[in-house]
Amino acid sequence: MIPIAFPIGLAVVLFCLGILGVILRKNAIVIFMSLELMFNAANLLFITFANQFQQVDGQIFVIFVMVTAAAEVAVGLAMIVTIFRGKHSVDIDQLTNLKG
Amino acid sequence: MTVNLLIFIFLAVVAIAAAVGLILSRNPVYSALYLIVNFLAVGVFYLVLGAPFIALAQITVYAGAIMVLFLFVIMLLGAAKPKEVDPFKWQRPLALVLLAAVLLEGLYAILTRVALTLTAVPPDPSLADPKTLAMVLYSKYSLPFEITSIILLVAAIGAVVLTKKTTREEGK
Amino acid sequence: MENSLLFNLVPWVVFLPLIGLVINLLIGKKLGEVFSGTIASLATGLAFVVSFLLAVALNTHTEGTTITLGDWITIGDFTTRWAFRVDTLSVVMMLVVSGVGMLIHIYSIGYMHNDVRHNGDTGRFTRFFVFLNLFIAAMMILVSADNFLMMFVGWEGVGLCSYLLIGFWFEKGKDGIGNAIAAKKAFITNRVGDFGLLIAMFLIFSNFGTLQFDQVFAQAGAVAAAKPGVMLLITLFMLLGVTGKSAQLPLFVWLPDAMAGPTPVSALIHAATMVTAGVYLVARSAAFYALVPTAQTAVTWVGAATALFAATIAVGQYDIKKVLAYSTISQLGFMVAAVGMGATVAGMFHLVTHAFFKGLLFLAAGSVIQGMERGMHHGTQHDHETDPQDMRQMGGLRQRMPLTFWVYLAGALALTGIAPLAGFFSKDEILLSAWQTRPAVFAVLAVAALLTAFYMGRQLIMVFFGKPQTKAAEHASESPLVVTLPLVVLAALSILGGLLNFPGWHTLETWLSHTLGEGEPAHFNWLVAGISTLLALLGLGIAWLVYARKGESRQTDPLRKPLGPVFTGMERKWWVDEFYQAILLDPYKSFAQFIADKVDLGIIDRIGGGLAAGTRVLAEGIRKFQNGYIRSYALWMLLGLAVIMTYIFFK
Repeated sequence: MIPIAFPIGLAVVLFCLGILGVILRKNAIVIFMSLELMFNAANLLFITFANQFQQVDGQIFVIFVMVTAAAEVAVGLAMIVTIFRGKHSVDIDQLTNLKG
Repeated sequence: MTVNLLIFIFLAVVAIAAAVGLILSRNPVYSALYLIVNFLAVGVFYLVLGAPFIALAQITVYAGAIMVLFLFVIMLLGAAKPKEVDPFKWQRPLALVLLAAVLLEGLYAILTRVALTLTAVPPDPSLADPKTLAMVLYSKYSLPFEITSIILLVAAIGAVVLTKKTTREEGK
Repeated sequence: MENSLLFNLVPWVVFLPLIGLVINLLIGKKLGEVFSGTIASLATGLAFVVSFLLAVALNTHTEGTTITLGDWITIGDFTTRWAFRVDTLSVVMMLVVSGVGMLIHIYSIGYMHNDVRHNGDTGRFTRFFVFLNLFIAAMMILVSADNFLMMFVGWEGVGLCSYLLIGFWFEKGKDGIGNAIAAKKAFITNRVGDFGLLIAMFLIFSNFGTLQFDQVFAQAGAVAAAKPGVMLLITLFMLLGVTGKSAQLPLFVWLPDAMAGPTPVSALIHAATMVTAGVYLVARSAAFYALVPTAQTAVTWVGAATALFAATIAVGQYDIKKVLAYSTISQLGFMVAAVGMGATVAGMFHLVTHAFFKGLLFLAAGSVIQGMERGMHHGTQHDHETDPQDMRQMGGLRQRMPLTFWVYLAGALALTGIAPLAGFFSKDEILLSAWQTRPAVFAVLAVAALLTAFYMGRQLIMVFFGKPQTKAAEHASESPLVVTLPLVVLAALSILGGLLNFPGWHTLETWLSHTLGEGEPAHFNWLVAGISTLLALLGLGIAWLVYARKGESRQTDPLRKPLGPVFTGMERKWWVDEFYQAILLDPYKSFAQFIADKVDLGIIDRIGGGLAAGTRVLAEGIRKFQNGYIRSYALWMLLGLAVIMTYIFFK
């Protein structure tokens, strides 16, 4: 079997790519999708360690993460739809009302 | 070079390529499709790691439900291609630099701290079948289970409330 | 009652005036003028009775005792107690203070009755008696103290009361603020002297380890032998305190200005009691001064010089109270010179007789002033132009205020030293001591005595003889009994006071020797007595010749033409106040202004303001981070993540 360092490395790389997506993209929906990528990377880590320690708790946790991610996507997309109704754009740089 | 290693490398490349495509693509629909590919790759990898239930759950829930939701919203809002003009020009290089630092540190940490001799365990069917999962889920994790169900309920209600059109009521 | 038990009464000399003060403070105003005056006089009178009982007890137990009330300060090795020292010296002072004080309290009932109406605030009557009782209490603490610190409490207390009482009519005076300024001047000048006394006390404590009189004086010889320089410093700093409190050169300037206070105040505080505190200090510390001849010379010459200097100024004054003020300074110079020379008994004797006749003179002057005020408001006319204190506008009051005239005469003759009145014996003892040990001082004091006779004669003639110079003087009338009765008592004391230390009997000397140690008993020297009597008569005679010319206008002083600029100098107090103003006060004011503007506003305020401004600049800089762009927030989060990872990575 493969050394366990490889899946962990893959998870790290995917996570960093997700962060990159959050910072560099302007489209709110694409930012959301990068967020999903980060969740995915975290799930991968969980499963890896569940395999490593031969315990099923890791997989249970992945279920919870998935559920929470789904809920979050639902609410987040609803918010984007609502904002779009007002601003007619999904550009995240237009949401600057909390400027200090 | 075992088969497993080859499978892993293949899946890893696919996943990373899809991720890169996600963040670089101009069209949001393409980004969504790339993400689906990424989910599928990782889902297969779950199978390799001995979590069949989760793998299928990933494909069904993530790739199936959540990405469809994304695509619905993209279609709803129009796949417009906004001008990618950064208000702060220096953000992009700085982000890349920082990210590179984080990545390198992470990888280095893994390579030094995690022994390379540690290997993944071959999947054991009895360990991760739905029955075992269910036993643990409903006994040890019953409380988080209930709470996540409430989260789902709240999310559903929230989504409906947020997107409801506010009607102007005259004279009330 | 066992005599020595009477000693336990000594705290009451302080507590009785305090009780009187509290009663007056709480209910005095409600119960009327007579009540508050009576309470205050009664308190002081009872204090006098207690002092008398203490004296009786001391007669049989002459070594005295200390009555301790309790510990005050205990820090490490340093212990100070509230303890009262009952010995012959302190009891003499107590008797004088409470006795003369009681008479002045009674006088004040009548005097202040008129004064509050003249100045327009009848509600302030009670406050006067509160302050007077406070003063008596503080003075009693001073004279009955067992240690330097408690004495200092009394010292400061009388200074405070002096301030309160000089500025009693605080809204009156020159430009509506003159009295307040005089009070301030008194307080601050006294402060300079108190500074000297404090330094002396610090030195005493650091070298003797204690502040208690008996312990300090017991060690005095040893310390003087080991560290003569320290002893000199202690005595000289104490001298600074004495010059402040007893109005000697160079800190006498407050006493003439203190005449802004009501006349009973001038009598009690600035003639009879507070100013004698300095003399008492030197007398109490006689053990110190005996060990440092240099300090003795310094004290003697300060006293002698002051005596002469003030006497010259008194010659040129035309305000009745100012003449008496400078006379007080001069007589205090006599006393200070006496205790400086080591003739402590002579100094104390003069202190006692001076309290009698100077108190009498001030009270009688008050009677004269009120007589003039009555003259000013006589009948239907209301004269507001005449200054009731200006001697040039008096004259011929002998017919109009006979009783006042006779007591004033008694006081004046006692002051000039005409036998057999009290002042003759006390001043004679001082002159004798100077004749025997320091002839130069004798010469100075003799000239001062001559001038004393001269200006007192001048004053008598200008006020009581000749023709009345103004309508006010014409219509002046005698004061009521409550005012004149204390005058009569004091006159009797001035006449008979010489018996206290009559040559041959030496009652006071024997009495004080129990505390001060055996001194050389003063012999009566006919030559010195003759010289002093001659000088007194000469002074009076010259005054008569100069001032008693009939028909001359009093507006120009007859001395002005012959003496010319000397007279102007005397009249202008030798420009001492102007000198101090130019040399000390103005530079200090500009220095203070400089510090206020450049240092306080410029530097210190800028530091505070700078901190505030700096914070604001910093905040404005940090504010730029909140630009509203979510992506940049995410970027900063990434930065934070990178930092933490690096930290963990390299740990």
